[in-house]
Amino acid sequence: MRAVITVLGKDMVGILAKVSARCAEAHVNVLEVTQSVLQDLFAMIMMVDISKSTVAFDELADSLKKIGDNMGLKVHVMHEDIFHSMHRI
Amino acid sequence: MINSRDILETINMIDNEHLDVRTITMGISLLDCIDANIQTAAAKVYDKICRYARDLVKTGDDISKEYGIPIINKRIAVSPIAMLAGACNGKSPIYFAYALDKAAEEVGVNFIGGYSALVHKGFSTGDYALISSIPQALAETDFVCSSVNIGSTKAGINMDAVAKMGKVIRETAELTVQRDCIGAAKLVVFCNAPEDNPFMAGAFHGPGEPDCVINVGVSGPGVVRAAVAKAQDCDITEIANIVKKTSFKITRMGQLVAQEASRRLCVPFGIIDLSLAPTPAVGDSVAYILEEMGLESCGAHGTTAALALLNDAVKKGGVMASSHVGGLSGAFIPVSEDAGMIHAARTGALTLNKLEAMTAVCSVGLDMIVIPGDTSADIISGIIADEAAIGMVNSKTTAVRVIPAIGKRAGEELDFGGLLGKGPIMKVNRHSPGKFIGRGGRIPAPLQSLKN
Repeated sequence: MRAVITVLGKDMVGILAKVSARCAEAHVNVLEVTQSVLQDLFAMIMMVDISKSTVAFDELADSLKKIGDNMGLKVHVMHEDIFHSMHRI
Repeated sequence: MINSRDILETINMIDNEHLDVRTITMGISLLDCIDANIQTAAAKVYDKICRYARDLVKTGDDISKEYGIPIINKRIAVSPIAMLAGACNGKSPIYFAYALDKAAEEVGVNFIGGYSALVHKGFSTGDYALISSIPQALAETDFVCSSVNIGSTKAGINMDAVAKMGKVIRETAELTVQRDCIGAAKLVVFCNAPEDNPFMAGAFHGPGEPDCVINVGVSGPGVVRAAVAKAQDCDITEIANIVKKTSFKITRMGQLVAQEASRRLCVPFGIIDLSLAPTPAVGDSVAYILEEMGLESCGAHGTTAALALLNDAVKKGGVMASSHVGGLSGAFIPVSEDAGMIHAARTGALTLNKLEAMTAVCSVGLDMIVIPGDTSADIISGIIADEAAIGMVNSKTTAVRVIPAIGKRAGEELDFGGLLGKGPIMKVNRHSPGKFIGRGGRIPAPLQSLKN
Protein backbone atom coordinates (compact mmCIF):
# COMPACT_ATOMS: atom_id res chain seq x y z
CA MET A 1 0.00 0.00 0.00
CA ARG A 2 1.26 3.45 -0.88
CA ALA A 3 0.59 6.72 0.83
CA VAL A 4 1.23 10.36 0.02
CA ILE A 5 2.89 12.59 2.61
CA THR A 6 2.51 16.31 1.99
CA VAL A 7 4.30 19.01 3.94
CA LEU A 8 3.20 22.60 3.54
CA GLY A 9 4.44 25.77 5.17
CA LYS A 10 7.37 28.11 5.56
CA ASP A 11 10.67 26.80 4.18
CA MET A 12 13.37 25.98 6.75
CA VAL A 13 16.41 23.79 7.21
CA GLY A 14 15.88 20.10 7.94
CA ILE A 15 12.30 19.46 6.83
CA LEU A 16 13.15 16.64 4.43
CA ALA A 17 15.65 15.17 6.89
CA LYS A 18 13.19 15.01 9.79
CA VAL A 19 10.32 13.57 7.76
CA SER A 20 12.51 10.96 6.08
CA ALA A 21 14.15 10.02 9.38
CA ARG A 22 10.73 9.23 10.83
CA CYS A 23 9.87 7.21 7.71
CA ALA A 24 13.11 5.21 7.98
CA GLU A 25 12.50 4.55 11.65
CA ALA A 26 9.06 3.08 10.80
CA HIS A 27 10.40 1.05 7.83
CA VAL A 28 8.47 3.24 5.43
CA ASN A 29 10.21 3.34 2.06
CA VAL A 30 10.35 6.69 0.28
CA LEU A 31 9.64 6.09 -3.42
CA GLU A 32 9.56 9.62 -4.81
CA VAL A 33 9.98 13.14 -3.57
CA THR A 34 9.00 16.37 -5.28
CA GLN A 35 9.34 19.73 -3.67
CA SER A 36 8.81 23.29 -4.67
CA VAL A 37 9.39 26.60 -2.99
CA LEU A 38 7.23 29.42 -4.18
CA GLN A 39 8.48 32.61 -2.49
CA ASP A 40 8.49 31.50 1.13
CA LEU A 41 5.90 28.74 0.83
CA PHE A 42 7.36 25.29 0.86
CA ALA A 43 5.49 22.29 -0.53
CA MET A 44 6.96 18.81 -0.38
CA ILE A 45 5.18 15.72 -1.66
CA MET A 46 6.50 12.25 -0.87
CA MET A 47 5.18 9.01 -2.26
CA VAL A 48 5.93 6.26 0.24
CA ASP A 49 5.44 2.51 0.47
CA ILE A 50 3.94 1.64 3.83
CA SER A 51 3.40 -2.08 3.27
CA LYS A 52 6.37 -2.95 5.54
CA SER A 53 5.66 -0.20 8.07
CA THR A 54 6.27 -1.26 11.67
CA VAL A 55 3.65 1.14 13.00
CA ALA A 56 -0.08 1.49 12.35
CA PHE A 57 -1.19 4.03 9.75
CA ASP A 58 -2.71 6.49 12.22
CA GLU A 59 0.34 6.28 14.47
CA LEU A 60 2.62 7.17 11.54
CA ALA A 61 0.28 9.99 10.50
CA ASP A 62 0.11 11.37 14.05
CA SER A 63 3.86 11.27 14.56
CA LEU A 64 4.55 13.05 11.27
CA LYS A 65 1.87 15.60 12.06
CA LYS A 66 3.60 16.24 15.39
CA ILE A 67 6.94 16.81 13.63
CA GLY A 68 5.13 19.29 11.37
CA ASP A 69 3.44 21.05 14.30
CA ASN A 70 6.82 21.53 16.02
CA MET A 71 8.18 23.24 12.91
CA GLY A 72 5.01 25.23 12.16
CA LEU A 73 4.23 23.09 9.10
CA LYS A 74 1.11 21.26 8.00
CA VAL A 75 1.67 17.58 7.37
CA HIS A 76 -0.92 15.26 5.81
CA VAL A 77 -0.54 11.52 5.33
CA MET A 78 -3.17 10.09 3.03
CA HIS A 79 -3.81 6.85 1.17
CA GLU A 80 -2.88 7.36 -2.50
CA ASP A 81 -6.28 6.07 -3.70
CA ILE A 82 -7.98 9.29 -2.67
CA PHE A 83 -5.99 11.22 -5.29
CA HIS A 84 -6.44 8.59 -7.98
CA SER A 85 -10.18 8.52 -7.48
CA MET A 86 -10.63 12.28 -7.37
CA HIS A 87 -8.40 13.23 -10.28
CA ARG A 88 -8.45 10.28 -12.70
CA ILE A 89 -11.39 8.90 -14.64
CA MET B 1 3.48 9.75 -9.60
CA ILE B 2 0.22 11.56 -9.14
CA ASN B 3 0.28 15.13 -10.39
CA SER B 4 1.47 17.40 -7.55
CA ARG B 5 -1.04 20.06 -8.49
CA ASP B 6 -3.88 17.56 -8.01
CA ILE B 7 -2.50 16.54 -4.62
CA LEU B 8 -2.23 20.13 -3.44
CA GLU B 9 -5.71 20.88 -4.77
CA THR B 10 -7.20 18.08 -2.67
CA ILE B 11 -5.26 19.19 0.43
CA ASN B 12 -6.43 22.76 -0.09
CA MET B 13 -10.06 21.60 -0.46
CA ILE B 14 -9.82 19.80 2.89
CA ASP B 15 -7.83 22.42 4.81
CA ASN B 16 -9.45 25.59 3.52
CA GLU B 17 -12.70 24.79 1.76
CA HIS B 18 -14.43 22.38 4.17
CA LEU B 19 -14.36 19.35 1.87
CA ASP B 20 -15.79 16.40 3.75
CA VAL B 21 -17.98 13.36 3.57
CA ARG B 22 -21.05 14.56 5.41
CA THR B 23 -22.43 11.24 6.50
CA ILE B 24 -22.07 7.49 6.34
CA THR B 25 -25.53 6.19 7.09
CA MET B 26 -26.23 2.53 7.75
CA GLY B 27 -29.74 1.51 6.75
CA ILE B 28 -31.12 -1.37 8.81
CA SER B 29 -34.38 -3.20 8.18
CA LEU B 30 -36.33 -3.83 11.38
CA LEU B 31 -39.19 -5.67 9.74
CA ASP B 32 -38.00 -8.95 11.28
CA CYS B 33 -38.33 -7.40 14.76
CA ILE B 34 -42.13 -7.22 14.59
CA ASP B 35 -43.82 -8.66 17.66
CA ALA B 36 -47.30 -8.28 19.16
CA ASN B 37 -45.65 -7.58 22.51
CA ILE B 38 -44.21 -4.08 22.23
CA GLN B 39 -41.53 -4.64 24.90
CA THR B 40 -40.28 -7.72 23.07
CA ALA B 41 -40.32 -5.88 19.74
CA ALA B 42 -38.42 -2.91 21.23
CA ALA B 43 -35.81 -5.25 22.72
CA LYS B 44 -35.35 -6.93 19.32
CA VAL B 45 -34.94 -3.49 17.71
CA TYR B 46 -32.27 -2.50 20.20
CA ASP B 47 -30.39 -5.79 19.79
CA LYS B 48 -30.45 -5.75 16.00
CA ILE B 49 -29.24 -2.15 15.71
CA CYS B 50 -26.43 -2.72 18.22
CA ARG B 51 -25.39 -5.93 16.46
CA TYR B 52 -25.35 -4.46 12.95
CA ALA B 53 -23.94 -1.01 13.73
CA ARG B 54 -21.41 -2.04 16.40
CA ASP B 55 -18.40 -1.14 14.22
CA LEU B 56 -19.96 1.69 12.18
CA VAL B 57 -18.41 4.62 14.05
CA LYS B 58 -14.98 3.02 14.42
CA THR B 59 -14.92 2.05 10.73
CA GLY B 60 -15.88 5.58 9.71
CA ASP B 61 -13.14 7.02 11.92
CA ASP B 62 -10.54 4.57 10.58
CA ILE B 63 -11.36 5.42 6.95
CA SER B 64 -11.28 9.10 7.80
CA LYS B 65 -7.77 8.80 9.26
CA GLU B 66 -6.37 6.60 6.51
CA TYR B 67 -7.66 8.64 3.59
CA GLY B 68 -7.29 11.98 5.33
CA ILE B 69 -10.89 12.91 4.56
CA PRO B 70 -13.08 14.21 7.39
CA ILE B 71 -16.21 12.07 7.78
CA ILE B 72 -18.46 14.28 9.86
CA ASN B 73 -21.38 12.07 10.79
CA LYS B 74 -22.02 8.40 11.29
CA ARG B 75 -25.75 7.68 11.42
CA ILE B 76 -28.39 5.00 11.25
CA ALA B 77 -31.68 4.85 9.35
CA VAL B 78 -34.22 2.16 10.19
CA SER B 79 -37.49 0.87 8.73
CA PRO B 80 -40.45 3.18 9.34
CA ILE B 81 -41.36 2.33 12.92
CA ALA B 82 -45.09 2.65 12.11
CA MET B 83 -44.73 -0.66 10.25
CA LEU B 84 -43.71 -2.35 13.50
CA ALA B 85 -46.11 -0.38 15.66
CA GLY B 86 -49.11 -1.69 13.74
CA ALA B 87 -48.62 -5.14 15.26
CA CYS B 88 -48.65 -3.88 18.85
CA ASN B 89 -52.38 -3.78 19.61
CA GLY B 90 -52.82 -0.04 19.97
CA LYS B 91 -49.94 0.38 22.46
CA SER B 92 -48.07 3.69 22.15
CA PRO B 93 -45.00 3.22 19.93
CA ILE B 94 -42.97 5.41 22.31
CA TYR B 95 -41.08 2.31 23.53
CA PHE B 96 -39.59 2.04 20.05
CA ALA B 97 -38.32 5.62 20.36
CA TYR B 98 -36.64 4.76 23.67
CA ALA B 99 -35.06 1.65 22.10
CA LEU B 100 -33.77 3.63 19.11
CA ASP B 101 -32.33 6.33 21.37
CA LYS B 102 -30.60 3.81 23.62
CA ALA B 103 -29.17 1.92 20.63
CA ALA B 104 -27.90 5.14 19.04
CA GLU B 105 -26.14 6.06 22.26
CA GLU B 106 -24.69 2.56 22.62
CA VAL B 107 -23.14 2.49 19.12
CA GLY B 108 -22.10 6.16 19.23
CA VAL B 109 -23.97 7.63 16.24
CA ASN B 110 -25.22 11.20 16.45
CA PHE B 111 -28.67 10.65 14.93
CA ILE B 112 -30.97 7.73 14.22
CA GLY B 113 -33.78 8.23 11.72
CA GLY B 114 -36.87 6.19 11.03
CA TYR B 115 -39.40 7.11 13.68
CA SER B 116 -41.50 7.47 10.58
CA ALA B 117 -44.77 6.74 8.85
CA LEU B 118 -45.69 6.62 5.18
CA VAL B 119 -49.27 7.87 4.90
CA HIS B 120 -49.47 9.41 1.44
CA LYS B 121 -52.63 7.46 0.68
CA GLY B 122 -54.03 6.94 4.14
CA PHE B 123 -53.37 5.82 7.72
CA SER B 124 -53.08 2.33 9.05
CA THR B 125 -53.38 1.72 12.81
CA GLY B 126 -49.63 1.87 13.37
CA ASP B 127 -49.29 5.07 11.35
CA TYR B 128 -51.80 7.00 13.36
CA ALA B 129 -50.41 5.80 16.69
CA LEU B 130 -46.88 6.69 15.64
CA ILE B 131 -47.74 10.16 14.38
CA SER B 132 -49.63 10.93 17.58
CA SER B 133 -46.59 9.91 19.63
CA ILE B 134 -44.04 12.03 17.70
CA PRO B 135 -44.11 15.08 20.03
CA GLN B 136 -43.45 12.94 23.10
CA ALA B 137 -40.84 10.82 21.29
CA LEU B 138 -38.85 13.84 20.16
CA ALA B 139 -39.14 15.50 23.56
CA GLU B 140 -37.96 12.46 25.50
CA THR B 141 -35.08 11.32 23.29
CA ASP B 142 -31.83 12.92 22.14
CA PHE B 143 -30.87 11.12 18.95
CA VAL B 144 -34.17 10.07 17.36
CA CYS B 145 -35.35 11.77 14.16
CA SER B 146 -38.80 11.51 12.73
CA SER B 147 -40.37 11.89 9.31
CA VAL B 148 -43.82 11.47 7.78
CA ASN B 149 -44.56 11.13 4.07
CA ILE B 150 -47.91 12.78 3.39
CA GLY B 151 -47.98 12.87 -0.40
CA SER B 152 -46.55 11.52 -3.62
CA THR B 153 -46.88 12.08 -7.35
CA LYS B 154 -48.46 8.63 -7.63
CA ALA B 155 -50.88 8.92 -4.72
CA GLY B 156 -51.72 12.61 -4.41
CA ILE B 157 -51.72 14.42 -1.07
CA ASN B 158 -53.33 13.06 2.09
CA MET B 159 -54.92 16.24 3.43
CA ASP B 160 -55.97 14.57 6.70
CA ALA B 161 -52.28 13.90 7.32
CA VAL B 162 -51.41 17.47 6.31
CA ALA B 163 -53.88 18.78 8.91
CA LYS B 164 -52.57 16.40 11.55
CA MET B 165 -48.91 17.28 10.93
CA GLY B 166 -49.56 21.01 11.44
CA LYS B 167 -50.72 20.16 14.96
CA VAL B 168 -47.91 17.65 15.55
CA ILE B 169 -45.21 20.17 14.60
CA ARG B 170 -46.65 22.78 16.98
CA GLU B 171 -46.99 20.28 19.80
CA THR B 172 -43.42 19.03 19.25
CA ALA B 173 -42.10 22.58 19.50
CA GLU B 174 -44.18 23.24 22.62
CA LEU B 175 -42.88 20.13 24.41
CA THR B 176 -39.27 21.15 23.73
CA VAL B 177 -39.67 24.87 24.38
CA GLN B 178 -36.97 24.72 27.10
CA ARG B 179 -34.45 23.56 24.48
CA ASP B 180 -35.17 26.18 21.77
CA CYS B 181 -38.01 24.02 20.40
CA ILE B 182 -35.40 21.61 19.04
CA GLY B 183 -37.89 18.74 18.70
CA ALA B 184 -39.35 20.35 15.58
CA ALA B 185 -35.87 20.52 14.05
CA LYS B 186 -35.82 16.72 14.09
CA LEU B 187 -39.16 16.29 12.32
CA VAL B 188 -39.60 16.36 8.54
CA VAL B 189 -42.84 16.21 6.56
CA PHE B 190 -42.22 14.85 3.06
CA CYS B 191 -43.83 14.53 -0.31
CA ASN B 192 -42.15 11.84 -2.49
CA ALA B 193 -39.78 10.79 0.32
CA PRO B 194 -36.85 8.72 -0.98
CA GLU B 195 -36.30 5.32 0.67
CA ASP B 196 -32.50 5.57 0.68
CA ASN B 197 -31.83 9.10 1.91
CA PRO B 198 -28.75 9.19 4.18
CA PHE B 199 -29.37 12.74 5.45
CA MET B 200 -31.14 13.63 8.67
CA ALA B 201 -33.66 14.36 9.89
CA GLY B 202 -35.54 12.66 7.07
CA ALA B 203 -33.59 9.42 6.73
CA PHE B 204 -35.46 6.13 6.99
CA HIS B 205 -34.81 2.68 5.56
CA GLY B 206 -37.53 2.05 3.01
CA PRO B 207 -39.44 -1.24 2.75
CA GLY B 208 -37.87 -1.93 -0.66
CA GLU B 209 -34.33 -1.79 0.73
CA PRO B 210 -32.15 -4.81 1.62
CA ASP B 211 -31.63 -6.02 5.20
CA CYS B 212 -28.69 -3.69 5.69
CA VAL B 213 -27.03 -1.13 3.44
CA ILE B 214 -24.46 1.67 3.47
CA ASN B 215 -25.48 5.00 1.95
CA VAL B 216 -23.14 7.97 1.84
CA GLY B 217 -23.91 11.67 1.62
CA VAL B 218 -21.20 13.89 0.18
CA SER B 219 -20.94 17.61 0.63
CA GLY B 220 -18.72 20.50 -0.35
CA PRO B 221 -20.43 23.88 -0.84
CA GLY B 222 -17.15 25.57 0.15
CA VAL B 223 -15.25 23.77 -2.60
CA VAL B 224 -17.82 24.73 -5.23
CA ARG B 225 -17.84 28.35 -4.05
CA ALA B 226 -14.06 28.56 -4.24
CA ALA B 227 -14.05 27.07 -7.75
CA VAL B 228 -16.67 29.58 -8.92
CA ALA B 229 -14.70 32.42 -7.29
CA LYS B 230 -11.56 31.48 -9.22
CA ALA B 231 -13.50 31.66 -12.51
CA GLN B 232 -14.10 35.41 -12.12
CA ASP B 233 -15.81 36.94 -15.21
CA CYS B 234 -16.67 33.91 -17.33
CA ASP B 235 -20.18 33.38 -18.74
CA ILE B 236 -22.84 31.26 -17.08
CA THR B 237 -22.22 28.19 -19.28
CA GLU B 238 -18.68 28.10 -17.96
CA ILE B 239 -19.98 28.43 -14.39
CA ALA B 240 -22.11 25.32 -14.96
CA ASN B 241 -19.05 23.48 -16.29
CA ILE B 242 -16.97 24.46 -13.28
CA VAL B 243 -19.66 23.23 -10.89
CA LYS B 244 -19.92 19.93 -12.79
CA LYS B 245 -16.18 19.30 -12.65
CA THR B 246 -16.00 20.13 -8.95
CA SER B 247 -19.01 17.98 -8.16
CA PHE B 248 -17.39 15.09 -10.01
CA LYS B 249 -14.30 15.25 -7.80
CA ILE B 250 -16.30 15.54 -4.59
CA THR B 251 -18.48 12.61 -5.55
CA ARG B 252 -15.53 10.39 -6.51
CA MET B 253 -14.20 10.90 -3.02
CA GLY B 254 -17.60 9.93 -1.59
CA GLN B 255 -17.74 6.85 -3.80
CA LEU B 256 -14.33 5.72 -2.57
CA VAL B 257 -15.34 6.18 1.06
CA ALA B 258 -18.65 4.38 0.48
CA GLN B 259 -16.98 1.40 -1.19
CA GLU B 260 -14.38 1.17 1.54
CA ALA B 261 -17.00 1.40 4.32
CA SER B 262 -19.10 -1.22 2.57
CA ARG B 263 -16.11 -3.58 2.23
CA ARG B 264 -14.92 -3.17 5.82
CA LEU B 265 -18.38 -3.56 7.34
CA CYS B 266 -19.37 -6.41 4.98
CA VAL B 267 -22.55 -4.54 4.13
CA PRO B 268 -23.69 -3.83 0.56
CA PHE B 269 -23.16 -0.33 -0.83
CA GLY B 270 -26.47 1.37 -1.58
CA ILE B 271 -26.16 4.85 -3.02
CA ILE B 272 -24.25 8.09 -3.00
CA ASP B 273 -26.42 11.10 -2.28
CA LEU B 274 -25.04 13.92 -4.43
CA SER B 275 -25.92 16.78 -2.19
CA LEU B 276 -24.41 20.13 -1.45
CA ALA B 277 -25.12 20.18 2.28
CA PRO B 278 -24.10 23.38 4.02
CA THR B 279 -23.04 23.79 7.65
CA PRO B 280 -23.19 26.93 9.76
CA ALA B 281 -19.38 27.29 9.38
CA VAL B 282 -18.41 30.36 7.41
CA GLY B 283 -17.40 29.32 3.90
CA ASP B 284 -19.53 26.15 3.88
CA SER B 285 -22.63 27.81 2.52
CA VAL B 286 -24.84 27.20 -0.51
CA ALA B 287 -26.02 30.82 -0.35
CA TYR B 288 -22.44 32.01 -0.82
CA ILE B 289 -22.18 29.97 -4.06
CA LEU B 290 -25.24 31.78 -5.40
CA GLU B 291 -23.74 35.10 -4.34
CA GLU B 292 -20.43 34.16 -5.94
CA MET B 293 -22.31 33.67 -9.21
CA GLY B 294 -23.22 37.34 -9.06
CA LEU B 295 -26.18 37.96 -6.77
CA GLU B 296 -25.84 40.77 -4.25
CA SER B 297 -27.59 38.57 -1.71
CA CYS B 298 -29.20 35.17 -1.67
CA GLY B 299 -32.92 35.86 -2.03
CA ALA B 300 -32.49 38.56 -4.68
CA HIS B 301 -34.39 38.15 -7.95
CA GLY B 302 -32.32 35.68 -9.95
CA THR B 303 -31.79 33.37 -6.96
CA THR B 304 -34.14 30.69 -8.27
CA ALA B 305 -32.40 30.62 -11.65
CA ALA B 306 -28.94 30.47 -10.06
CA LEU B 307 -30.06 27.66 -7.77
CA ALA B 308 -31.60 25.72 -10.68
CA LEU B 309 -28.28 25.88 -12.51
CA LEU B 310 -26.34 24.85 -9.41
CA ASN B 311 -28.64 21.95 -8.61
CA ASP B 312 -28.55 20.59 -12.14
CA ALA B 313 -24.79 20.94 -12.55
CA VAL B 314 -24.14 19.17 -9.23
CA LYS B 315 -26.17 16.20 -10.45
CA LYS B 316 -24.60 16.12 -13.90
CA GLY B 317 -21.09 16.16 -12.47
CA GLY B 318 -21.84 13.71 -9.71
CA VAL B 319 -23.79 11.11 -11.58
CA MET B 320 -20.80 9.97 -13.64
CA ALA B 321 -18.62 9.72 -10.55
CA SER B 322 -20.75 7.17 -8.76
CA SER B 323 -22.02 3.72 -9.61
CA HIS B 324 -25.35 4.27 -7.83
CA VAL B 325 -26.89 7.63 -7.12
CA GLY B 326 -29.96 8.14 -4.98
CA GLY B 327 -31.34 9.78 -1.87
CA LEU B 328 -32.12 13.46 -2.18
CA SER B 329 -29.24 14.43 -4.49
CA GLY B 330 -29.23 18.17 -5.02
CA ALA B 331 -28.42 21.42 -3.28
CA PHE B 332 -29.89 21.79 0.20
CA ILE B 333 -31.13 25.14 1.43
CA PRO B 334 -31.61 24.72 5.20
CA VAL B 335 -31.78 28.29 6.45
CA SER B 336 -30.45 27.85 10.01
CA GLU B 337 -27.60 25.57 8.85
CA ASP B 338 -26.19 27.95 6.24
CA ALA B 339 -24.27 31.08 7.25
CA GLY B 340 -25.20 32.88 4.01
CA MET B 341 -28.90 32.02 4.33
CA ILE B 342 -28.93 33.14 7.96
CA HIS B 343 -27.42 36.47 6.94
CA ALA B 344 -29.84 36.91 4.03
CA ALA B 345 -32.82 36.09 6.26
CA ARG B 346 -31.64 38.56 8.92
CA THR B 347 -31.32 41.39 6.41
CA GLY B 348 -34.72 40.59 4.91
CA ALA B 349 -33.28 39.73 1.47
CA LEU B 350 -34.49 36.15 1.83
CA THR B 351 -38.17 35.58 2.56
CA LEU B 352 -40.34 32.54 3.04
CA ASN B 353 -42.01 33.20 -0.34
CA LYS B 354 -38.67 33.23 -2.13
CA LEU B 355 -37.62 30.05 -0.34
CA GLU B 356 -40.80 28.36 -1.52
CA ALA B 357 -39.96 29.24 -5.13
CA MET B 358 -36.41 27.97 -4.62
CA THR B 359 -37.70 24.60 -3.44
CA ALA B 360 -39.22 24.00 -6.89
CA VAL B 361 -35.75 23.74 -8.40
CA CYS B 362 -33.54 22.28 -5.68
CA SER B 363 -33.28 19.30 -3.43
CA VAL B 364 -35.89 18.97 -0.67
CA GLY B 365 -37.82 22.00 0.48
CA LEU B 366 -38.53 24.48 3.25
CA ASP B 367 -35.82 23.34 5.59
CA MET B 368 -34.82 24.53 9.05
CA ILE B 369 -36.94 27.66 8.94
CA VAL B 370 -37.85 29.27 12.24
CA ILE B 371 -41.36 30.75 12.24
CA PRO B 372 -43.18 32.89 14.84
CA GLY B 373 -44.33 31.03 17.95
CA ASP B 374 -47.95 32.04 17.50
CA THR B 375 -48.21 30.54 13.98
CA SER B 376 -51.35 28.40 14.06
CA ALA B 377 -51.40 24.68 13.21
CA ASP B 378 -53.61 25.51 10.21
CA ILE B 379 -51.03 27.87 8.78
CA ILE B 380 -48.28 25.27 9.25
CA SER B 381 -50.54 22.77 7.47
CA GLY B 382 -51.01 25.32 4.66
CA ILE B 383 -47.22 25.60 4.32
CA ILE B 384 -46.97 21.79 4.18
CA ALA B 385 -49.77 21.54 1.56
CA ASP B 386 -48.13 24.13 -0.72
CA GLU B 387 -44.77 22.45 -0.48
CA ALA B 388 -46.23 18.99 -1.07
CA ALA B 389 -48.07 20.31 -4.14
CA ILE B 390 -44.77 21.53 -5.62
CA GLY B 391 -43.26 18.09 -5.06
CA MET B 392 -46.28 16.18 -6.31
CA VAL B 393 -46.65 18.12 -9.56
CA ASN B 394 -42.92 18.25 -10.33
CA SER B 395 -42.28 14.57 -9.44
CA LYS B 396 -39.61 15.57 -6.96
CA THR B 397 -39.02 15.30 -3.25
CA THR B 398 -40.15 18.27 -1.20
CA ALA B 399 -40.25 18.60 2.55
CA VAL B 400 -41.12 20.93 5.35
CA ARG B 401 -39.02 21.27 8.49
CA VAL B 402 -40.22 24.44 10.21
CA ILE B 403 -39.66 25.27 13.85
CA PRO B 404 -42.34 27.35 15.59
CA ALA B 405 -40.38 29.44 18.11
CA ILE B 406 -42.85 29.17 20.96
CA GLY B 407 -43.12 32.46 22.88
CA LYS B 408 -41.07 34.40 20.32
CA ARG B 409 -41.84 36.75 17.45
CA ALA B 410 -40.45 37.62 14.02
CA GLY B 411 -37.04 39.28 14.36
CA GLU B 412 -35.93 37.21 17.38
CA GLU B 413 -33.71 34.13 16.96
CA LEU B 414 -33.44 30.49 18.00
CA ASP B 415 -30.05 28.84 18.53
CA PHE B 416 -29.95 25.02 18.34
CA GLY B 417 -26.17 24.76 18.46
CA GLY B 418 -23.99 22.36 16.46
CA LEU B 419 -24.90 21.35 12.93
CA LEU B 420 -28.52 22.49 13.31
CA GLY B 421 -27.27 26.06 13.63
CA LYS B 422 -29.35 29.10 14.49
CA GLY B 423 -31.85 31.17 12.64
CA PRO B 424 -33.88 34.35 12.72
CA ILE B 425 -37.64 33.98 12.98
CA MET B 426 -39.08 34.59 9.51
CA LYS B 427 -42.37 36.30 8.77
CA VAL B 428 -45.30 34.10 7.79
CA ASN B 429 -48.44 35.12 5.87
CA ARG B 430 -51.05 35.17 8.63
CA HIS B 431 -54.20 34.84 6.53
CA SER B 432 -55.94 31.61 7.48
CA PRO B 433 -56.11 28.53 5.23
CA GLY B 434 -58.22 26.95 8.02
CA LYS B 435 -61.31 26.00 6.03
CA PHE B 436 -59.28 24.52 3.16
CA ILE B 437 -57.16 22.45 5.54
CA GLY B 438 -60.18 21.44 7.62
CA ARG B 439 -61.96 19.84 4.65
CA GLY B 440 -59.72 16.75 4.85
CA GLY B 441 -59.71 14.08 2.13
CA ARG B 442 -57.13 13.61 -0.55
CA ILE B 443 -55.84 15.84 -3.35
CA PRO B 444 -56.04 13.49 -6.34
CA ALA B 445 -52.80 12.42 -7.98
CA PRO B 446 -51.95 14.70 -10.90
CA LEU B 447 -52.02 13.68 -14.54
CA GLN B 448 -48.21 13.40 -14.37
CA SER B 449 -48.69 10.23 -12.32
CA LEU B 450 -50.24 8.34 -15.24
CA LYS B 451 -47.08 7.34 -17.03
CA ASN B 452 -47.81 3.71 -17.83
